[in-house]
Amino acid sequence: MKELSLHILDIAQNSISAGCTRLELSLTDQDGQITLVIGDNGRGMTPEFLASVTDPFTTTRTTRKVGLGLPLLRMAAEQTGGSLAIESTVGVGTTVTARFCTGHIDCPPLGDMAGTVALLVQGAPEVDTIYTHTTPRSSFTFDTREIRAVLGEGISLAEPEVAVWMRGYLEDLEQSV
Amino acid sequence: MGDEFVKSLEELKAIRDRMQKQVGLRESDENTIRVVVGMATCGIAAGARPVLEAFLEEVNKRNLKDVTVTQTGCIGVCRLEPIAEVYVPGEEKVTYVKLKPEMVPRIVADHLVNRQVVTEYTIGAAE
Repeated sequence: MKELSLHILDIAQNSISAGCTRLELSLTDQDGQITLVIGDNGRGMTPEFLASVTDPFTTTRTTRKVGLGLPLLRMAAEQTGGSLAIESTVGVGTTVTARFCTGHIDCPPLGDMAGTVALLVQGAPEVDTIYTHTTPRSSFTFDTREIRAVLGEGISLAEPEVAVWMRGYLEDLEQSV
Repeated sequence: MGDEFVKSLEELKAIRDRMQKQVGLRESDENTIRVVVGMATCGIAAGARPVLEAFLEEVNKRNLKDVTVTQTGCIGVCRLEPIAEVYVPGEEKVTYVKLKPEMVPRIVADHLVNRQVVTEYTIGAAE
């Protein structure tokens, strides 16, 4: 994964697969650290599954026995001197927190967050997705409930026209921080 | 919020008004062409995000109302990612492999619009 935003796209798919109705993404870039938080109210994991979840040979996929999403994220974070933490409770949800030290030469660029968030929403249009990006200068929150309130009933956030609009809107928001 | 956000929300309202007029004009589900892009770890690492964006942009640009673009997990042939499957009603599924964004406009024009499979991009040509 060449960008932090690609890790976020990948890990948030786990939340969607876990049947969440609410997905909270937060990105804080402060004091030489980028902190990513991916929180959901999906089905959660048992303590046994949680203990082995960053092992590549633990996966929920059925097409093969290897799952690399969380192991790759852990490796990427630890390579910069950062860390990965996962909290999960069955029936409550899961929160993944990754810390990256931005001064480290191995820290990947943030990359295209507007694309990541627009595509997450397009792929799971019914989920309430809330994305907050904070920098020392400024902060914004993108909330699909506000978009749905404008669009009204009957127009899905999966529509290509809406997805292209969301991307442009998110690009403007990213520029503003 | 700055002026660009006000403008943006006005654009969203315009999209809503346009789409509300089209409700009912959309072809029924049995005529809908489905494009499904693999968005598991393997697909994302291989470059599926710009491919999916290219499909959404092309379908939007051509205003194709009988096409849906959706996402799925691992399709099972990770070494050939990024992968997109095209389902045209009444026809066999077509699997496009090792996609790049610049290949997408041709798939949309030839296959989704003119119903001609782009054979050289398919899994059959790659294997």
